[in-house]
Amino acid sequence: MRASKDAIAPCSSERDGSKTLTETPLFLVTLRLADDALILGHRLSEWCGHAPVLEEELALANLGLDLIGQARSLYTHAGAIEGAGRDEDGLAYLRRENEYRNVLLVEQPNGDFAATMVRQLIYSAFMHPFHRAMASSKDATLAGIAAKAEKEMAYHVRHSAEWVIRLGDGTEESHRRAQDALDALWPYAGELFEVDAPMRAAIEAGLVPDPESLRATFDATMTEALAEATLTLPKLGSFQTGGRAGRHTEHMGFLLAQLQYMQRTYPNAAW
Amino acid sequence: MYTQALNVKDEGPALVDAERDAAFQARIDRDEKIEPNDWMPEKYRRTLVRQISQHAHSEIVGMLPEGNWITRAPSLKRKAALLAKVQDEGGHGLYLYSAAETLGTSREELNDQLLTGKAKYSSIFNYPTLTWADIGMVGWLVDGAAIMNQIPLCRTSYGPYARAMIRICKEESFHQRQGYEIVMTLARGNADQKAMAQDALNRWWWPALMMFGPPDAESLHTDQNMAWRIKRFSNDDLRQKFVDATVPQGHHIGLEFPDKDLKFNEATGHWEFGAIDWSEFKRVLAGEGPCNRQRLAQRNKAHDEGAWVREAALAHAEKRAARRMMQAAE
Repeated sequence: MRASKDAIAPCSSERDGSKTLTETPLFLVTLRLADDALILGHRLSEWCGHAPVLEEELALANLGLDLIGQARSLYTHAGAIEGAGRDEDGLAYLRRENEYRNVLLVEQPNGDFAATMVRQLIYSAFMHPFHRAMASSKDATLAGIAAKAEKEMAYHVRHSAEWVIRLGDGTEESHRRAQDALDALWPYAGELFEVDAPMRAAIEAGLVPDPESLRATFDATMTEALAEATLTLPKLGSFQTGGRAGRHTEHMGFLLAQLQYMQRTYPNAAW
Repeated sequence: MYTQALNVKDEGPALVDAERDAAFQARIDRDEKIEPNDWMPEKYRRTLVRQISQHAHSEIVGMLPEGNWITRAPSLKRKAALLAKVQDEGGHGLYLYSAAETLGTSREELNDQLLTGKAKYSSIFNYPTLTWADIGMVGWLVDGAAIMNQIPLCRTSYGPYARAMIRICKEESFHQRQGYEIVMTLARGNADQKAMAQDALNRWWWPALMMFGPPDAESLHTDQNMAWRIKRFSNDDLRQKFVDATVPQGHHIGLEFPDKDLKFNEATGHWEFGAIDWSEFKRVLAGEGPCNRQRLAQRNKAHDEGAWVREAALAHAEKRAARRMMQAAE
């Protein structure tokens, strides 16, 4: 936050998605996980004051708080790995859109309650086994963060699956909305499994799990929930992708405009 | 206060049972707690439902002006703290509604009264949060004013309300300190930040003083509520206590209060303050504050847009129950 743009030039000069020397695999995978958690946490926090029932107001805030907490630990770790003086806020608030490395799924708008719960189910069905596996990472800090996050993500899976089931197997309207949400969001599920060169290097170094090893668990969670919800996965030729390289959907810029508003309006201030 | 409707006259019927009333009052005088299944005068029940539900509504509507800044909070630490704080307010609403339900009024009924504008909530939440400094002011001044009234309510005569208030007060005290810390950070920051803090204090100071309700001379029903230990201090006493506690805190961080008549009286040991514009207070209570319409519209929108979700949850629960019945019959 307090580091000037000049001081972080080696990393922020990256405009086309290509890697620079400072982006080690460990830095990059940590940053990606942090961005996923922050952006989804931010989306969930947008529900505040708008939830369908008071209990869900509290639950959505809980989910958001878990993710923002994970993001804080991950950004702090990424900043330490980078060693360029960027703290959690420097990384969270002061990058350009194409420097955010989150998957496209998490930046998708909240939509209705069905869309929010389907998005949460897809994300947490992947991240729960991911963190469980990352708890034995060769990087001790990542392992520690994952051990805590695993417990949180177990709750996210349970909560979102219960709602997807209620909505899918509820009324005609809720079924239609849940199916629409699944049709709209499933195209972003594939990106969770994407492995590029730095990710491959991180897997081989024992830092993060290979997403392919999580596929069976992910499929089982989704299949079980969707069967009970009487929902069907849409047939797709291919998945949407690009977030890991910094190419986002049209929604991302609006999200960042709000997220970064204070930091951009009052540069170099401490809050 | 969060329960300003107590200053409105109760026009409902008051069945009087002199003997039982006297026995009831004697229990209160002995500092016994009244519990849900105990006999109580109808007016005591009605007053409590109104007070507790108004407090609950204030928590729920209060989430809106603060929630307004969660997505724009200036740091991750502030973002997490604000989200957690607003979540606390929702939690307070939830257990206050539960406390009100023990008196025989359902949450749906209470919520309906809020949505139709029949029930009131604290006037303070009809003011807008325009800058980040407002979030500090809401914690420091609004929560600070609220706890002045709520700490004595931890000893109020109705058991479920008193117990809810103990937990609420702990969290509100934390919010108040957190708010002050936000303001202090701004007051010690750069020129823009200092100006932001001062501007926010200028806008929130008078509305915060109005939270305690009209002057004692105009406050209706105070005596009965005092006797029932539903209210434990008068509006003016609480207001003075708040001013005495808050003014030195503001001066300590170099802020000025927007009151040219504010001065310390050595003889009484109190801060004397200027005349409050009660016509503004009345306008806000009458629904003509800066944000009355927006707050109610937002609550209604959330409720309406959530209808299909609540219906789905109900329908699914019925389907599950029916399936269980079928399985049991097989």
